[in-house]
Amino acid sequence: MSNRIPEDPAIKKARAQAKLAAHRGMATWGEKLVPLGTFRAAAQEVGRELAEAERVAEIRAHREPIAEMAVTEGPFDRIAVFGGVYNNRFALEALLEDARKRGADALYCLGDLGGFGPSPEAVWPLLESADVRTIQGNYEQSLSSGREDCNCGYTDPRDNHYAGISYQYTAERCSPEFKRWMGELPQHRRVTVGGRNLLMVHGSPRRVNEFLFDSSSPDAFLEVLLDQYRADAILCTHTGIAWHRRLPSGRDVVNVGVIGRPGNDGRTEVWYTVLAAQTTGNLAVEIVPLAYDHQALAAEMRSEGLPEPFVETVLTGWWTTCLEILPARERAASRY
Amino acid sequence: METSSTAAAPAPPQFEGPAPRVALRSLDTLWFQVAGTLCNLACNHCFVSCSPTNHTHEHLPLSLVERYLAEARALGVKEYYFTGGEPFLNPDMEAILEATLQQGPATVLTNGLLLDPRRCQRLAAMSEDGAYSLDVRVSMDGYDAASNDPIRGEGTYERILAGIDNLVVAGINPVVTVTEVNVENGSTEGRQRFLELLKERGVSKPRLKILPVFQIGAEAERSGAYESWQHLQHGQVPEESWDHLQCSTCRMVTDQGVWVCPILVNEPDGRMGESLADTLDAFPLSHPACWTCHAFGVSCKT
Repeated sequence: MSNRIPEDPAIKKARAQAKLAAHRGMATWGEKLVPLGTFRAAAQEVGRELAEAERVAEIRAHREPIAEMAVTEGPFDRIAVFGGVYNNRFALEALLEDARKRGADALYCLGDLGGFGPSPEAVWPLLESADVRTIQGNYEQSLSSGREDCNCGYTDPRDNHYAGISYQYTAERCSPEFKRWMGELPQHRRVTVGGRNLLMVHGSPRRVNEFLFDSSSPDAFLEVLLDQYRADAILCTHTGIAWHRRLPSGRDVVNVGVIGRPGNDGRTEVWYTVLAAQTTGNLAVEIVPLAYDHQALAAEMRSEGLPEPFVETVLTGWWTTCLEILPARERAASRY
Repeated sequence: METSSTAAAPAPPQFEGPAPRVALRSLDTLWFQVAGTLCNLACNHCFVSCSPTNHTHEHLPLSLVERYLAEARALGVKEYYFTGGEPFLNPDMEAILEATLQQGPATVLTNGLLLDPRRCQRLAAMSEDGAYSLDVRVSMDGYDAASNDPIRGEGTYERILAGIDNLVVAGINPVVTVTEVNVENGSTEGRQRFLELLKERGVSKPRLKILPVFQIGAEAERSGAYESWQHLQHGQVPEESWDHLQCSTCRMVTDQGVWVCPILVNEPDGRMGESLADTLDAFPLSHPACWTCHAFGVSCKT
């Protein structure tokens, strides 16, 4: 979109010097310089200036509850919640066993069954036979609607390159029946645990691919989401890194983690979350590490010809791609 | 630039049909024009024509920023961005960042010239102590002096790199922001050269943000203003595509009030009110710069 014309250096220098002084007493308005007072007076004429009561009403309206149709399930005493299976049936098998040992009454999966790992269809019978209550992630939405990409929300070309490889691999190996099943999954679920209403989403209640990281999700922002969606807790995944925060209001936000690949922490275990009712009325939230046969996963990824940087992540616990999405603090804690 | 000595306002551009209106879905990103339009540089692609003498918008004092931060809490704002001009010309800048980091993640957009070692140490300490992430975004327009300095000013290339070096020594990993003022900057090869340059400077996890240029302000003088076809009309921007328009989730605070976005602060029509609560209604995409946002999916945030 450039339509630049090369300029004589002497003219350029003179222009640069003129520019330094050009704004004395003047303001830029569109393409022109006008007296500062003219600009400011014009600006003050524009826009609204509400009375105090109207402002309070505007803010209240902005925080109004949003219609959300999920039916409430439960009540349960103890549930296990996980996200991001990423075709990792080895971890899914380990999870089903671990969650049973921990006494979970119900199992929930917050979506993103595919991508990254090998042999996508293998996780489907495991989810079905263990009666895992699943919601759609961006992966299920993309696969079931025939989208050409995973809609993960990356902007870096290298991230998109690798995301494209995983998506294509998964899309080609999922049967039409599996994709149809994905398309029929709900986008949200609600469940009662210990009298608390938990809203389960993939990214955030408002967008399937919104990233909720610990260091970039302010308390005040999360409190407004909880008000808008009338929940005592929001459970999400999508970012790949688990965290839990009890807010000043006493409500909880939990990123339950993913079981498909490590949490970018230098450990080969993956993470999921167990939530239980407490007699105090609070929710007990435990983010638990899950060991699984990661060597078997790595071997199968190699035999399937999946990218070596993905295998490295499985074997080291450090992410090698999709790092651009990390906020400064999470990026500082990562190896790459 | 044409200079008008009278108080006559320029005529607004004439388009056929009403401009599409975009609702504010949620106020996620709050910008502060914290140094106003005052800058220690006068880059010739600056879409807000910032310079040492441009007082169109003045510095925001800490007290005013705090007032807006309080309102932002009630609205559930998710992230805060600080720009200018050059933010570190504002004597309150570090106190403002410190206050903000107790409330949410903050990003400061700087030209890097005022990043001396002691300031970088203080920023690193703030980043460590804050409740949320602090990002420092440093602007550069070429991977060598020959391509950068004609845009940002003579000698700036070396000074920017010195600022980046100071950040790296303090343990801060900057996001280097590059405009496509040199067209090759945004290409795969161009990105690669920036990444290599940063690695050479000891940035082990280089981060880049590429932005298109807006043909307004100083850039309009440099490369020409928008053509008459570069504007949006009713029906051209369906509601499903609002997500890629930052005005559906952002507002910009200056000392002159609250504006729709970081781009339109030199258009009186871009002003929406005095407090954030005044600015929660829809905005008409009537400016040709809105065309750039729509066509290129531009977001000023990182």
